[in-house]
Amino acid sequence: MPSQQQNLTDRSMAIGLRALNRFAGSPVVDRLGLREPAERFLYSASKTTMRTAASAGRTFAAAQKLATPARQPTAQPSGLFDLTPTDEQRMLSESVRDFALQRLRPAAIDADAACTPPRELLTQSDNLGLTMIGVPEELGGAVSERSAVTAVLMSEALAQGDMGLAVACLAPAAVSTALSLWGNEEQQATYLPAFVGESIPAAALAVLEPRALFNPFKLETRARRANGGYVLSGVKSLVPRAVDGELFIVAAALDGRNPALFIVESGAGGITVEPEPAMGIRAAATGRLTFDDVELPAGALIGDASAEVYAECIQLGRIGWSALAVGTGQAVLDYVIPYVKDRTAFGEPIANRQAIAFAVSNIAIELDGLRLATYRAASRADQGKSFAREAALARRLASQHGMSIGSDGVQLLGGHGYVKEHPVERWYRDLRAAGLMEGVLLV
Amino acid sequence: MINLEIPKKFGFLVGQAHQVATEVMRPNSRKYDRAEHTYPKELDMLAAVINGMNESGALSGAGAAGATRGGGSSTNGAHPKDETTRNGSNLANVLSVAEVSWGDVGLLLTMPGQGLGNAAIAAVANEEQLQRFGGKWAAMAITEPEAGSDSAAIRTTATLDGDEYVLNGEKIFVTSGDRAELIVVWASLDRSQGRAAIKSFVVERDNPGLKLDRLEHKLGIRASDTANFVLSDCRVPKENLLGSPEIQAKQGFAGVMQTFDNTRPLVAAMALGVARACLEETRERLQEAGIRIDYDAPPQSQSAAAAEFIAMEADYESARLLTLEAAWMADNGKPNSLNASMAKAKAGRTGTDIALRCVALCGTVGYGEGELLEKWARDAKILDIFEGTQQIQLLVVARLLLGKSSSELK
Repeated sequence: MPSQQQNLTDRSMAIGLRALNRFAGSPVVDRLGLREPAERFLYSASKTTMRTAASAGRTFAAAQKLATPARQPTAQPSGLFDLTPTDEQRMLSESVRDFALQRLRPAAIDADAACTPPRELLTQSDNLGLTMIGVPEELGGAVSERSAVTAVLMSEALAQGDMGLAVACLAPAAVSTALSLWGNEEQQATYLPAFVGESIPAAALAVLEPRALFNPFKLETRARRANGGYVLSGVKSLVPRAVDGELFIVAAALDGRNPALFIVESGAGGITVEPEPAMGIRAAATGRLTFDDVELPAGALIGDASAEVYAECIQLGRIGWSALAVGTGQAVLDYVIPYVKDRTAFGEPIANRQAIAFAVSNIAIELDGLRLATYRAASRADQGKSFAREAALARRLASQHGMSIGSDGVQLLGGHGYVKEHPVERWYRDLRAAGLMEGVLLV
Repeated sequence: MINLEIPKKFGFLVGQAHQVATEVMRPNSRKYDRAEHTYPKELDMLAAVINGMNESGALSGAGAAGATRGGGSSTNGAHPKDETTRNGSNLANVLSVAEVSWGDVGLLLTMPGQGLGNAAIAAVANEEQLQRFGGKWAAMAITEPEAGSDSAAIRTTATLDGDEYVLNGEKIFVTSGDRAELIVVWASLDRSQGRAAIKSFVVERDNPGLKLDRLEHKLGIRASDTANFVLSDCRVPKENLLGSPEIQAKQGFAGVMQTFDNTRPLVAAMALGVARACLEETRERLQEAGIRIDYDAPPQSQSAAAAEFIAMEADYESARLLTLEAAWMADNGKPNSLNASMAKAKAGRTGTDIALRCVALCGTVGYGEGELLEKWARDAKILDIFEGTQQIQLLVVARLLLGKSSSELK
């Protein structure tokens, strides 16, 4: 145990993580001891406005290879309608929520301004084991069963602290989850050890391209077969932690036809990166990647270019964004309730006016509906049922009502909501992302 | 473990309800929409079948009578002890009501023996009353010309005279009031004591003091009659008072309001049924028009009609899951006033919104009487009004969220 007094976050986190087989026991608690950041130092990404070559990154080499790729099994529910999370899910999401409210929330305003997540925070979040949740146990993963619902609950909890920082924390987990779900034994042996180790690489799943009416099933980024491998060209937009990224999974149309996923190490020649700050989720240090005839080895292709794998990847990503909208929507609701009860106008709390009170009701109603739709999509994914429709509906709700919740959050605070003294202006900007982002996350 | 799919064990129930909707409701929809105030005699046959079905639990919620006391006993077979969640009668009722409403919500509302009064009796009657009133069709009379959503403002009075209460006042908007055998009438024992003094009384339809004033001509749900009554020196045995005759400042009104926690999800379910009917019909029409719905492509990259359809489906999904959540909470003994009102608010407004948008998408096919879309759009509106209007639901939700009393948040 750490010699210092553990605060509430540390203790609840230890409780939550003890539920994980991998982390059982006190040495883990020591490793996870989230010491008060002695100093928050931001390493700059966005301050560099010019284009640079991608970060050199580490060398990934195949470790002990399994005979076949490892996959997490899924647990099947009893078949009854049930909104009760498992004990493990409840403990995990409570721990993550503590972390989000006590660590992410206070760091959010500076990280938003700097367009950079604090390094200390990323280390803490890496220690939470987010990148291990989706990894099979035999490859060093943390949870015995594959569960998109668990990932949704954790994403929701993180975004309750801050959406931008949640994206920064979750970006590498999308890569480790993708490799776990669809990687072959070679890819898993090469890349997964880094995601269950001490120093988690900055990594991201890059799908978006910079144009109106973007459709992830109609990509302009191309990969053509050449010299026994592939040559990648195109531009990817709003890639989290792009400047520091060491490993990317990039969506590209294979030979001009169906979209597929490729593993791209940042050290491969021909990649340039530039910061691409946006309206919101700025703490995720979003950037634009340009691939200029980047040569990839034959082993870079994930899932044999299966259309099902790609569609599933897009759908699981959309569920992830809906989960973030739920978390940030909850933050809005929890913030406006005490505000409208405290704020007085014309001699009484503004909460006593129907115009105000009804807006609060509608936030709660649409938020709960969005949450349930998101859970349903994830739960269907875990049950091996089709979930394209459910993911699309959850996303549509996140897009429309997430945006409204963000807007109402500002509106209910009036002029005070428009200034950075209150977090609602940031949530307004962040919540718009949920309706347009693709990839990045994977539940 | 989180799972939002409908359990397989309800498959039989939903299948039966769907058959009723397809074979009995749909074929009679237009007929009784046109012949307002004509009793749909086809329902008598159906009521007999449903009474039979009730024995086995299926279709028990085909009307409001399905709403049971808070805990919600499982009527669909015992569940194994190791299961930690219950899927009982509240969920079953919501499912079957939605399914029958997909057929025709007006006909559902006039299902013999399935009145809102039956829900009140089921919720608060004592054993002796259950014996006397069980099996009889009971309507509910709450609203008055000067008291709509504000049911505490009721002016109808009940005065104890020997062994009888004497009721005087006027009641409007009584669903199935003329067809039911019993009317549950809300009246005040003492108007100076406000809502605590409001009690419900069971009045036999043939009581000479209960006079039918008129039947309303309505926008929709025309198969379901809506009666207005005058009560003049209407005498009922004092044993016909439901609940306690004491005027308790705290509990009195809460007792009658408790009925709503159970019936609001059912009205939400009605809206879901109508909305689904509209969506299915519209989807077919759009397909005929060459519109394909693609759930993988972003809506904004598809045609406006496809994008609108996905948007409507999303709100339908939200309303549906909120309704299932409220019912599931009731089945599991969790207080659900907040969720029941959230479900009713979302489903009520979504039902109307979807129906009206579907009419527009389908053009004259939607607006004309040749198809049922225009009827569904008229029917849907009442579901955002009765059992508490949209605004009342938002008020209930807000008061609970903000911890406000009805005097603070009016």
